[in-house]
Amino acid sequence: MRTFLIALALLVVLALVPADLTGLGLPYPGLKRYGTYILTLWLVTAIAAMGVNLIVGYAGQETLAQAAFVGIGAYLTAIAGKHGVPFGISFAASGLLTFVIGIALGFPALRVQKHYLAFVTLAFSVLCWLVFRNETAITGGVMGLRDIERPILFGLKLRNAQTFYWFVLAITAVMTFVLWWIVQSPWGRAFTALRENPLRAESLGVDVRLYTLLAFALGCAYGGMAGSLYAPLVEFIDPSPFALGPSLLFMLMVVIGGSGTFAGPFVGAGVAVLLPEWLRAWETWYLLIYAALVMIMMALFPGGIVGLARVSVRKRQP
Amino acid sequence: MTARLEVRDLSKAFGGVAAVQGVSFDVRDGEILGVIGPNGSGKSTLFNCILGQLLPSAGTVALDGSDVTGLRPSTLNRLGVSRTFQLLQVFPRLTVRENLILAGQEHRGSRLGRLFGARDAGLGPEADRMLEFFRLGALAHEQAGSLSYGQQKLLDAAMAFMSGSRLVLLDEPAGGVNPTMLAGLRDRLAEINRVGATFVVIEHNMEFVMSLCTRLIVLAEGRIIAEGSPAEVRTNAAVIEAYLGH
Repeated sequence: MRTFLIALALLVVLALVPADLTGLGLPYPGLKRYGTYILTLWLVTAIAAMGVNLIVGYAGQETLAQAAFVGIGAYLTAIAGKHGVPFGISFAASGLLTFVIGIALGFPALRVQKHYLAFVTLAFSVLCWLVFRNETAITGGVMGLRDIERPILFGLKLRNAQTFYWFVLAITAVMTFVLWWIVQSPWGRAFTALRENPLRAESLGVDVRLYTLLAFALGCAYGGMAGSLYAPLVEFIDPSPFALGPSLLFMLMVVIGGSGTFAGPFVGAGVAVLLPEWLRAWETWYLLIYAALVMIMMALFPGGIVGLARVSVRKRQP
Repeated sequence: MTARLEVRDLSKAFGGVAAVQGVSFDVRDGEILGVIGPNGSGKSTLFNCILGQLLPSAGTVALDGSDVTGLRPSTLNRLGVSRTFQLLQVFPRLTVRENLILAGQEHRGSRLGRLFGARDAGLGPEADRMLEFFRLGALAHEQAGSLSYGQQKLLDAAMAFMSGSRLVLLDEPAGGVNPTMLAGLRDRLAEINRVGATFVVIEHNMEFVMSLCTRLIVLAEGRIIAEGSPAEVRTNAAVIEAYLGH
């Protein structure tokens, strides 16, 4: 009950962040269009990072293809949208397609697992990027796909940045709840067992191959659904955000936020999306400062920011 | 008495090294069979071949008359065989109670049912009973990794019984456990055996194994060199030779 109330309060706060509250007598003018865009981008990134966290943090596997799965969802939604397919169908299809690809990719790769699985996903990531860039007739190649429509929900156009943010927030809330449910269920316990001790897990009847495959495919599906939201958010897609570099960034987000912690992907996505924006004032120095901060955090707090927060709270307790 | 486990002519070679050579024995329903032998005699390799962790080079393993040779450990566990390992194998970041629930959850309902069902897979009361039985009740909500070595050994053993297995193979359950805790562990195992569980125990602690087991087999250089009651094995010349080297 306490968890539910905290989550609800957090949801209300997040819903109010971009809103102008001066009409209610509060001295808060809300966020401008760009600020709301960044906040929405944070939510979309967090969904994809939640998928990586399931694969890396809970199941103990590795993936270097999350951006490729985001790309598959984004291109599918953009192309389907141009053919008049409603967003709801594209969104579900993105999740389903990336889940199936995750199964197909993960099944042979499970024979090798861990670092080798990372190399398989690396190859897949490069393959996807080449398809996005070279299949010009379908993807628009380096020129990309422009004028991607935002969805219409029960006749309500989500063109406005704030309305679209609320829409994305609602989907993020549902997807967060679904993942929370999975992680809290016996499946989540089995995923943790895979990460901590696959040998013992197998001896206790946990089908290590099947659970690893499920975690991998579910994580990929989260990437695909994040991509489905990304396309109408940015309204223009090209291959660059779906290359290998962004996939590495997703891994980094999970590690910085706190691998295997539920809040980790949100914190990590926040660092990856919001920190560069705040540091932009330092112009060309910002990448250097960003990289230095990441290195310091990794060296001093290997449990990520959430891990650090937990240690701090524990120390304060009598 | 029927054979719960039948091992026939089991061999395992690693390159040119024969770790287990033509080992045959039965484990009878309801007994506690001890497997002893000097270091490197092939005890753990034998366990790993029986339990699907290693594929035997030759021979067969049958459970209640059905051939289970080479089946994966998870499949064997679901058929009613569980084990502990020589080195500690608990899940350090899960609580003690969660470790026990995890040990039994794959035997409860369907996989999809477990996703939508109760978080403890309906194993909460059973886990609590097991915690009390193994004197771990006060540590139920502690992370398993924070327990002492002896307590983790107890938890490791308790986990092997959560799925209601027909056969439990314990690999050095007494290793590193202090004498007080060891007596408690022996009593617990004997009590579980009295209600029908069948065990195979690999152990170096002779006092522990002699007082717990009803029958022993002795391995040396991958072969069985003696078999019988603890009293018979203790006075066997080949066993004395294998252990003392004269």
